[in-house]
Amino acid sequence: MITGDKVAQEEITIENVSRRHFLQGMLGASAFVLCVRTVPTFALTPRSVAAANVSMTSPTVDTAAFHPGVYVGIQSDGTVLIVAHRTEMGNGVRTSLPRILADELDADWSRVTVIQGDGDEKYGSQDTDGSHSVREFFDPLREAGATARLMLIRAAAAQWGVPEAECAADPVHMVSHKTSNRKLGYGELAVLAAKQPLPKKEDVKLKPASEWRYIGKPAPGYDVTEVCAGKPLFGMDVRVDGMLYAAVAHPPVLGGKVKSVDDSATMKVLGVKKTIPIDPFKPPHAFQPLGGVAVIADNTWSAFKGRNELKIEWDNGANASYNSEEYKKELKHTARQPGKVVFSAGNPDAEFAKGGKIIEAEYYAPHLAHASMEPPVAVADVQSEKVTVWSATQDPVTVREQVAKALGLKKEDVVCHVTFLGGAFGRKSMADFSVEAAMLSKKTGRPVKVVWSREDDIKFDYFHSVAAMYIKASLNEKGMPKAWLQRSVFPPISSTFDKDAVYGSAGEMSLGWDVIPFDVPNFRSENGAAVAHVRIGWLRSVANIYHAFAVQTFANELAYAANRDAYDYLLELIGSGHVVKGPQHGPPEIAQKYPYDTARLRRVAEMAAEKANWGKTKSGQGHGMGIAVHRSFLTYVASVVEVEVDDAGTVRIPHVYTAVDAGIVANPEMVRSQFEGAAVFGTSVARTGEITATNGAIDQSNFSDYQVARMNDAPVHVDVQIVESTAPPAGVGEPGVPPIAPAICNAIYAATGKRVRELPLARNGFA
Amino acid sequence: MVQLKVNGQLQSFDGDPEMPLLWYLRDILGMTGTKFGCGMALCGACTVLSNGKAIRSCTEPMSKVEGLEITTIEGISAHGPHPVQKAWAEVNVPQCGYCQPGQIMQAISLLSSNPHPSDSDIDDEMSGNICRCGTYQRIRAAIKQAAKETA
Repeated sequence: MITGDKVAQEEITIENVSRRHFLQGMLGASAFVLCVRTVPTFALTPRSVAAANVSMTSPTVDTAAFHPGVYVGIQSDGTVLIVAHRTEMGNGVRTSLPRILADELDADWSRVTVIQGDGDEKYGSQDTDGSHSVREFFDPLREAGATARLMLIRAAAAQWGVPEAECAADPVHMVSHKTSNRKLGYGELAVLAAKQPLPKKEDVKLKPASEWRYIGKPAPGYDVTEVCAGKPLFGMDVRVDGMLYAAVAHPPVLGGKVKSVDDSATMKVLGVKKTIPIDPFKPPHAFQPLGGVAVIADNTWSAFKGRNELKIEWDNGANASYNSEEYKKELKHTARQPGKVVFSAGNPDAEFAKGGKIIEAEYYAPHLAHASMEPPVAVADVQSEKVTVWSATQDPVTVREQVAKALGLKKEDVVCHVTFLGGAFGRKSMADFSVEAAMLSKKTGRPVKVVWSREDDIKFDYFHSVAAMYIKASLNEKGMPKAWLQRSVFPPISSTFDKDAVYGSAGEMSLGWDVIPFDVPNFRSENGAAVAHVRIGWLRSVANIYHAFAVQTFANELAYAANRDAYDYLLELIGSGHVVKGPQHGPPEIAQKYPYDTARLRRVAEMAAEKANWGKTKSGQGHGMGIAVHRSFLTYVASVVEVEVDDAGTVRIPHVYTAVDAGIVANPEMVRSQFEGAAVFGTSVARTGEITATNGAIDQSNFSDYQVARMNDAPVHVDVQIVESTAPPAGVGEPGVPPIAPAICNAIYAATGKRVRELPLARNGFA
Repeated sequence: MVQLKVNGQLQSFDGDPEMPLLWYLRDILGMTGTKFGCGMALCGACTVLSNGKAIRSCTEPMSKVEGLEITTIEGISAHGPHPVQKAWAEVNVPQCGYCQPGQIMQAISLLSSNPHPSDSDIDDEMSGNICRCGTYQRIRAAIKQAAKETA
C-alpha cells in the first residue's frame, strides 16, 4: 500500500505511468488507503447540465448507508454502488474493475450500479495508461469487496446473536445463518454493517479462485445498451447551460507564435462571439496548450467556420527546420554509430571480431497519430476561484493539477468529471485541451467547450515517435546467433517534459529493447540520441511498436538466412525456457512477481502456430504466413498472420491467430475484444500509418491522408486464445499491438519474397 | 427558414444555411447521439437516415435538408431497442462505442435494402464507417445476427 514503491514499480516496465517524476523531479504521492472514509473536498455546485453526464447523475458512494471505503457503498434498498475510478475508453474497465470487487463482495451483478469516479487522489492512480488497471487494482479491489462482505457478515451475526463463523454470504447478495435458516439481504444489513468497526487486515479473507463468481468469467460491457442507444456519455456530448463553443487555431509548427492576426472576416461569421489569443507555452511544452487564437461562438460549426476565416501570420520558430525525409537519414546515420549502452551480456565485440557469418539490417518506423474517433474535447466552467471540468481524459488528477497551475489556483479548487472517451490510445493522457477550455472559460466568464476538429487532432497530436533501428548478429554454422547487437534511435517522450532530452528513458528501453527473449550468449542493446521537433507522447504500446517490428523482423530474416522454417527457428531462438535477465531498475519484488519467463512466450507461440495450422499450407505465390512474438506490459503474446497478396500488391489478411498469456484475466470477453482490436490497430500501423512533417508542419490532416484500417482492409477474422493461468494479472490493452506489424511483414515475405524494413507497407508498393 | 422532420417531429431552422445537419442535431437540437468524427464524410460517425437511407450528416448543409425525414440513433428505439441494437448488444460489439451509433445507422440502412447481405455486401456497405478500436468482425457478426432475427 505504500506509494513510493508502487510508483517506482510502475517505472520498471511501464514508461507511461510514471511521468510525474518528469514534472516534479519526484514520485507522486497518491495513496491507496483501504477503508479510510474520505469527506468530499468539493463543495462546489456545478451549473445544471443540459444533457446528463454520467458523473453528474450518479449517486455517490458517500451517501450510501454503508460505505466501507472509497470504492463501494450499499444502499438500504440493496443497490450496490461501485466506483470505476479509471477511465473507460474501450478498455472495459467500467466492467472489469467493478466485477472484481463485486466478486469478493458476493454481490449480485444485476444489482450493481457503476459510478464513474471524479479525479481524486483517494482512489489511487487514475492515470489510465500503461495497461495496468487490473494489474494494479486486482488486489486492492478484492480487499475492498472482502472487507465489506466481512462487515455485513459480522452485522448479521451480531443481529442474530450467533458466532460469525456460522454465517456466510450465501446465497448471493445476502448473509445467511444455515443452522437456523435465517437470512438478511445486503440492503437490510447496510445500516447495521455501517456500525461495525473496520476489520483488521488479517481478518479479511479473500476467496480462493475456485469460488470466484465473476473473475475469469466472460461478461458483456456494463454500458453496452446505453452505448448502442447513443446516450450522451462522451466528452463530445457534454452540454452545460450557458455554454460557449471554441475552436483554436494552433501554430502549425511546434513553438510557433502569432505574428499578426486579422479577425475581421471571422467576426462577420454568424454565431461568432469573439476571438481570444492564447499565449505560447514556455518550454518544455509538457501539458501546456500550444497557443494560438481561439474563436468563441455559440455553436461548434460557427467556431470552426470562424476559425477558417482567421488571417494569421505565424512566426514558426526553430522547429521549421524539421523535414521527415532528412530526419530519417539522420536517424539512420545515428543508428550506425556507437550509442549509449543500455544493457550488455557476454562479450559481443569479441565475438564479432572473430569474423564468420554476420548479418545486419536496419529498420525504420515513422511517426504515428492516435486518431481516436472522438477528437480531444473538454468543457470547463470557471466561477470565481472554482473550476469544474468535464474532460475526455485518461488522467483526471493531472487535469486538475494542470488547470490549477494555468489559472493560478490550487488543485483543490478544480473538480474534474471524467466522461466516456471515444477512444484515446494515450492521446488523452495529455491535459492540454482541458487547460485550453479552462483558460477560455476564465476569459469569457462562461462555460466553454473546446472542440478539436479531426485536422487539429492529426496535426497537433503528441505523436508516436519516429524510430530507426540497426541490428547485427554473428551466426554459428547452424545459423543461430552467437552475438547480437541492437541499437535504436528515436526522439524520446521525455523531450515533452525536458527540452534537452535526446535519449530514450529506461522506461522506453524496457519497452522491447533493453533485452531480447532469445538464447544469445553475447548481447548488447544501445540507444542513440535524437532531437524532437514535434510533441512526442504515448501511443498504444508505445516504443514496443518499433522495437518489436525490428527484433521480430530480424529474427525472421535470420531464419531464412539459415534456410529454416520461420516458426521452428523462432522456437529455437527462444529456447526451452529461461528467465531473461536485464537491467535492474525498480524494486526487485516486481521482477520476482513477474519474471520474464521465456517458457510462457514459447507456449503462446506454439498455441498460435497450432491454431493457424502453421506449415500445413505452402507459402509463396502470393500466400504466406508470418509469426511474431513479444512480451510487453508483462503479458506474453504471439500472433500468426495469414496474408494474400495479388499481383498489384494488394494485401488481404484473412486471418490473425493470437495467443495471449496475461496471467489471471478479470474478464476474458474484454480481453478477447482488446486483442481483436489490437490486430486491427496493428494493421493500421503496418499498412498506412505514417505522419510526416515538411518545414516543421505536419503534412497529414484527416482520414483521407492519414488512413486507418477500415472493414475491408482489416483482418477478416481474428482468433484469440487466452492461456488459463494462475499467474498474477498483467496488461491487456496494449500488448496485442506490437506483434502485428512484424507478423504481417513476415507473412508478406513468405508470400512474395519482398522484405519490408521500413513501415508502412504503402511505402513499399503494397496497398 | 428550413423545415424538416427529425425522428418524426417537425423542426424549423433559420440559422446559417451552410451549417451541416450534424451540428444542427448536436448543438441546436441537443441530440448528441450522432457523432462528430471527421467533418468530411470520411469516417461515418455522423451517419443518420434521410428518408430511410444512410447519409453523412457532417457534410449535409441545412440548405439541402428541406422537407426530409431524418432519423437519428435516438429515433430508432422509441418502442424498445431496434433489432440491430439488440444484435449489437448480444455480440458485445462496442469497445469505446463512439462510432457505434453511426455503424448501427449504416447497418439499418443496409438491411433495409438488402435483408440478407453477404460478407462482401457487408464489407462494401460498412467500409465507410471507421472503428478505430477495431470491432469490425463483431460488427459483421452482429449484422448477420440481426438479418437472421428480422427474417
